This record gives sequence, C-alpha cells and structure tokens, in this order.
Amino acid sequence: MNSMPDSEITLTVNAKLHTLHAHPMERLLDLLRHQLGLTGTKEGCGEGECGSCSVLMDGLLVNSCLIPALQARNATIVTIEGLAPGDQLTALQQAFLDCGGAQCGICTPGMILAASHLLKKNPQPTLDEVREGLAGNLCRCTGYKQICEAVLEAGRHGTKSEAAK
Amino acid sequence: MRSHPSEYELVVPGTLPAVLSLLNREPGAWLPIAGGTDVMVQYGAGRLSAHKLVSIHNLPELRHIEVSPAEIQIGAGCTFTELREHALINAEFPLLASAARWTGGVANQNRGTLGGNIVNASPAADSLPALLVYEAELILVSARGERRVPYTTFHTAYRKTKLAPDELVRSICLPRQFSAYHHHTRKVGARNAQAISKVCIAALAQITHQSVDDIRIAMGSIAPIPLRLIETERIIRGKSIDAKLILSAKNTAAAEVRPIDDIRSTARYRAAVAGNLVAEFLSNLAPSIKLEPTSEPTND
Repeated sequence: MNSMPDSEITLTVNAKLHTLHAHPMERLLDLLRHQLGLTGTKEGCGEGECGSCSVLMDGLLVNSCLIPALQARNATIVTIEGLAPGDQLTALQQAFLDCGGAQCGICTPGMILAASHLLKKNPQPTLDEVREGLAGNLCRCTGYKQICEAVLEAGRHGTKSEAAK
Repeated sequence: MRSHPSEYELVVPGTLPAVLSLLNREPGAWLPIAGGTDVMVQYGAGRLSAHKLVSIHNLPELRHIEVSPAEIQIGAGCTFTELREHALINAEFPLLASAARWTGGVANQNRGTLGGNIVNASPAADSLPALLVYEAELILVSARGERRVPYTTFHTAYRKTKLAPDELVRSICLPRQFSAYHHHTRKVGARNAQAISKVCIAALAQITHQSVDDIRIAMGSIAPIPLRLIETERIIRGKSIDAKLILSAKNTAAAEVRPIDDIRSTARYRAAVAGNLVAEFLSNLAPSIKLEPTSEPTND
C-alpha cells in the first residue's frame, strides 16, 4: 500500500490559526489530541456513539472521531479548552460543578459542548429538550440527573443575566 | 484493529462536476463520503474495504431544499438537522421529520445526510420507511446525465441498490399530496435516543366516513431492505375499521414481514411487534374501537 503524502491542513482551533500536516484520513480527534495537545477532547467508543469526542465545528456539534482531517480544512473548531474565554468558567461549566454534573470526567467535555450547542439554539430548554440535546453523549457514572440539572441551571442563569442587561 | 490513515486516499474535488468526472474515470474505485457517520465508523473499526474516498461533504449542488406546488426536492447532502428544522417538511412530511429527529444524536444529525442514509442502505435506517410511504422519487446524477427513478424499487437486496458505480443521488423528490392523510410513525428500540431500531413503522392513511380510502405502511429493521406491507395494505384498503379488521390486519402484517434475526432482535419478536404496530396504527385511526390486548402473532 502506498503511503499518501501528508496534506497541509489549516484550521482555527480555539481562536488560534494552525497549519498542520496530516494524512487526509487522519481523524480530527487525533489532530486535536496528538498534534495540538488538546487532551480535553476524549476518545470513548471511536464510532460516533458516545459523544466523548464532541467538539464544535463551524458552530455545529460533531463527533471528532468521525471527521477526516481533510474535511476539517479551513474549519473553525472549539474544544472544551476554548469554551471559556479566559480563566473564568462559563455559567454552564460552573453549573456542572455546582450540580455535581461531573464524576470521572471522561464524558464531561463532550457533555458541556453538547449542552452549550443546545443552549445556543434553545436558551431555556425543558428537561425533555435537555435529554434530547444530550442524547448522543453517554455517561456511565452520574445517572444523568445531575448533568440535566446542571444544564437547566445554566439555562436559568443565562436567562437571569439576559434580564439584568 | 484500527485502520491506518496512510493506507487511505481522500480527495476533495469541491464541485459536483469534478466529483462526477472522477467517478466516471474509475467507476467503482472511489467511495463517496459525505458526513462520514457511516463510512468513518467502518474506517475506525478497520472494516472499510474501499481505500480511495472522495468527499462530497458540503457540495453546494447537494444542499438545496426546493419547494414547488407539486413537490419538494431535497438535496441528498441535506443533514438530518436541516430536515428536522424545515417548516414545510414538518408540516407536510412529518414522518420524515420524526425519523430525522431520532436518527442518532445531535452530533450525528449535524453530519449525517438523507442521501447517505439511502445509499448506505441499512435495513435499519429510520428515514427509509418514510420515503417509501411518501412514494419518493430519486434523481440520480452521473457524468452521463441525470435519471429519475422511483424509490420503491431502488433497494434490490440487502445493501444493494440500483445506483450505478459512477452515480450519486442528487435529490429526493416528495410529491405534495398527503396533507389530507393521517401520518403515523413509531420506533421500537432498546432506548429512546441513539439506539438502532428493532422495528420502525411509517404509515399513511386517508379516511372518509370511517372507511380507509388509501393506506400505505412501511417498516424498517425488519427485512433485508426497507419493506412496504403490500398485502396488509390490500386487506385494509376500502374497508371500515372495526375490531375484526384490526385483528386480521395484525395477523397479516405479522405473517407478511418475514423478519430477520440479528444482533438487535429476533424474527419472532419482530413479527409480533410488526403486527402490534399495525394494530396500533389502525386503532389510532378509529379511536372508538377497543384494541385487543397485544399478543404473540397467531402464525408461529
């Protein structure tokens, strides 16, 4: 089997422009973890079932284990490391802490990105909408109750800060 | 064993004509990849036999949703998210909108496409029974030109379709003639979300004065290809719904489906569920009829 020459992949990750060299079929997940050292994005199942590797790509929630590098060319990616602008946690991250929405931590980055994708589309989701929005993200520790509560809490907090403006 | 990326080629020609000309030069050599929600799973598991892939993700020529008085044309590259959020699809083709809503989770809906669901041709694909009952037509395109084929005969055997090696599905056309119909769908799976169906039903009926003028019933996950229940439809069409009709439709459906055994369920369970799903649909159409308790089919 011939080895394909590396492709040049330029993409924006967490507001920083990177030019990487990769095989076209290398997974976005591996670029993020191995080339950029962004290990907040986890690998769970590697087949799009568990959501541990969720990132935002051009504003859309995707499983980075299912994205070939070449399809991420010129994309804008946000990982868990880039969600909060500085050292201050976002209201959503704080709500996960306050509600006990994180336990072993493997699903947490994906859960938070899925929740942030949901809240952007639907700032005040109902419990059923939270469950549907997080349906592609599996947690084997918490039983989901605290996670859903955290997202509802972030929705309430977001509405309060909108009202304060 | 995971695939090694260096053993695979992936090209992104960027326009539909460029993709078609590549497929035409080496028919069958290139596997199209759109959102990757099926292809990348096989790749990740080391089960992808194709080693040359051509990206059709985000091709503008495949992303349209065009509405005319007679039909809606959906570009094959439209994602499940786009389908579930489209006002007219929700209003006139709710079976397709529901299927889009329960295909995978949000991340897969953001990437997975209707065209991909069709050509991947999994018998468990949730959107395909809806396309069967809405009597969709497909526009297939190649460097040789376009052809329009009925979706009802597109699947020929397990994971086999009428798509030629140099062709792509360009659009899915749905006739806008079902606004007076009752639309019914249900997915039976291990959990509500992110589960592959054991059996799913999509069904339509037009009722006048309790009599069934027209009925279409399709099921997924039950046979090697998405299945129209022609015999069951035949015994219902033109009749008034009563307890006797519901029972005979239920038994006919359970006998007609000749289901598969696979990792998700057994043939016996599927036949029973198929009968019960038809009975549930009919009793929803005639709510005054008391439904017999659900039971095993009588044919085993």
